[in-house]
Amino acid sequence: MSNEPVEQQTVLQRVLDDINFILMLGLVVPTVLYTIWGIMEVVSIPMAR
Amino acid sequence: MAITTAQSPFRTDPLTGLRIDLTAATLVKTNAVLAVVFLLVGGLAGLLVALTRWPAVHLLPADLFYMALTAHGLVALVVWIVFFEMAAIYFVATALLNCRLAAPKWAWAQVVLMTVGTAITTVAVLQGESSVMFSAYVPLAAAPHFYLGIILFAVGALIGCFVFWGTLVIAKEEKTYEGSLPLIVYGCMVAVVIAIFTLATGAIILIPALLWSLGLIKSVDPMMYRVIFWGFGHSSQQINVTAHITIWYLVAGLAFGAKPMSEKVSRTAFLLYILFLQLGSTHHLLSDPGLSASWKIVNTSYMMYLAVLASLIHGLTVPGSIEVAQRRNGLNNGLFEWLRKCPWGNPVFSSTILSIIIFGFIGGISGVVMSVEQINMIIHNTIYVPGHFHGTVAGGTTLAFMGLTYYLVPVLFQRQLIMKPLAAIQPWLFGGGIAVFAVALMGAGTLGVPRRHQDMTFAGQALAHDYGGMNQLLMAIGEIGGVVSVIGGAAFILIVVGSILIGEPVPANAKNIVAPPADAGGHKEIGMGGLEAPGTFVLALTLFACLVLYYFVNFKYLATLWPLS
Repeated sequence: MSNEPVEQQTVLQRVLDDINFILMLGLVVPTVLYTIWGIMEVVSIPMAR
Repeated sequence: MAITTAQSPFRTDPLTGLRIDLTAATLVKTNAVLAVVFLLVGGLAGLLVALTRWPAVHLLPADLFYMALTAHGLVALVVWIVFFEMAAIYFVATALLNCRLAAPKWAWAQVVLMTVGTAITTVAVLQGESSVMFSAYVPLAAAPHFYLGIILFAVGALIGCFVFWGTLVIAKEEKTYEGSLPLIVYGCMVAVVIAIFTLATGAIILIPALLWSLGLIKSVDPMMYRVIFWGFGHSSQQINVTAHITIWYLVAGLAFGAKPMSEKVSRTAFLLYILFLQLGSTHHLLSDPGLSASWKIVNTSYMMYLAVLASLIHGLTVPGSIEVAQRRNGLNNGLFEWLRKCPWGNPVFSSTILSIIIFGFIGGISGVVMSVEQINMIIHNTIYVPGHFHGTVAGGTTLAFMGLTYYLVPVLFQRQLIMKPLAAIQPWLFGGGIAVFAVALMGAGTLGVPRRHQDMTFAGQALAHDYGGMNQLLMAIGEIGGVVSVIGGAAFILIVVGSILIGEPVPANAKNIVAPPADAGGHKEIGMGGLEAPGTFVLALTLFACLVLYYFVNFKYLATLWPLS
């Protein structure tokens, strides 16, 4: 094993470096806050009689 | 892939020292050339629109006007920009990561699908049955191949995104870089994430619209269409914002040797884009009944402002990094010596700095203000909206792409620019024209002139309305600005195509440096008052003061429109 000190990465740095996690965030956040919530708003409008 | 073949798939560029994957370079050039061709098409359609909205000219009859407006919106807002973005992400992923391109055959499928899709939709528009504009709101019906072409285009762009992502995976596996992704690649990765959401959302709503136009389903709910469409339509512009800001960083680094003031802060700002930028789609729905104030305000006024914070960070750090680089190179006197002695006649620099200024002061400030639900009532569906997005997409994105093109023509095509005096003024023509266009239209929109209207005088109409002489003047000034910007765009196409075809070869010992150091460089004691970039700090405060002032001016104006007390 190497004796070199292991540089500690902050949580934020690990988040920023994980491109698959970034992809997941970039899809889930707007899908939930904009798309799904927006669709629920439209669906909940009462039908005209 | 190791370089073991007799003929290396890479070449080392003498100007930049970058190793260029030859397959990727061919794809970059193909996408870039197609982008420029479509910029020509979009620009010509834009000229027709400008000459019709100019009240004294009023060129086209209504049917041709809406055809030209549809073509201009689709080609200039989407096609030219997405083709260029494909070129940019392939270049960045391979050249900056020193890596081969993943799945070149799929990348060629991207080129074919996007080209065929554009051709199909263009034919549909030119046939005159699909003058439904970019938004194509149902129940305004277009021909089925109008939607089919856009879907093919979107699928092609999605494939390009996955090729980029695959290249990132290969680069990591083959250890072509160490540690975190370089910031430029990181910015492109963020743009690609936004693109994947955007294109998937487009498919969700355009496929039903296609089935409806074919008569296979009975109807598409207009309200549902608007909500989902803008997840595609507005987010596509957020890809552009992320891409052109990444290009600001790229040009600052390539041209000045500038390094980001804080990589971590810049990356965090990009993370804010991932989380919040796409929520700005709600802009378009702020006056729609049926959608709650909670949904509107959370998406635009709360979450969106965190994306605005990110833009302010980028707007501070990119010029700040240029200032630091200039000061380290000896231009350290006063607040603005570094700025005065920037290479204002070099189109790479002037395109980039004008992109930053126009995007920040015109597109950015107006975008923030119009996202306020109350103020939005003043300008919703007025010609203010095209004024705003020409400040972002034309003044911000297109100018940034022009600057990068000037830099890359010698690198990728190994040709020197022709007509250098014209190239020196071209960004000023295009940027100046767009700035005048955007500000004048925002003024006319604030006074009530509607968007998407062929004749603001309502000549011969039963229910006419006189918008007055001031609005006629503002529209004339704005469209003159539009014509000037088209001339600037034509000059860009002439210079770039001419350089590729007849430009002198780049000499073997050439250096592609935009701003040569004032002296030997390497100064350590720089800045004033403990700040390394005091000039940029003052400029950022000026921008913020303009934003606050304009915000309150609009609330004051809203109060005069609705005299409740």
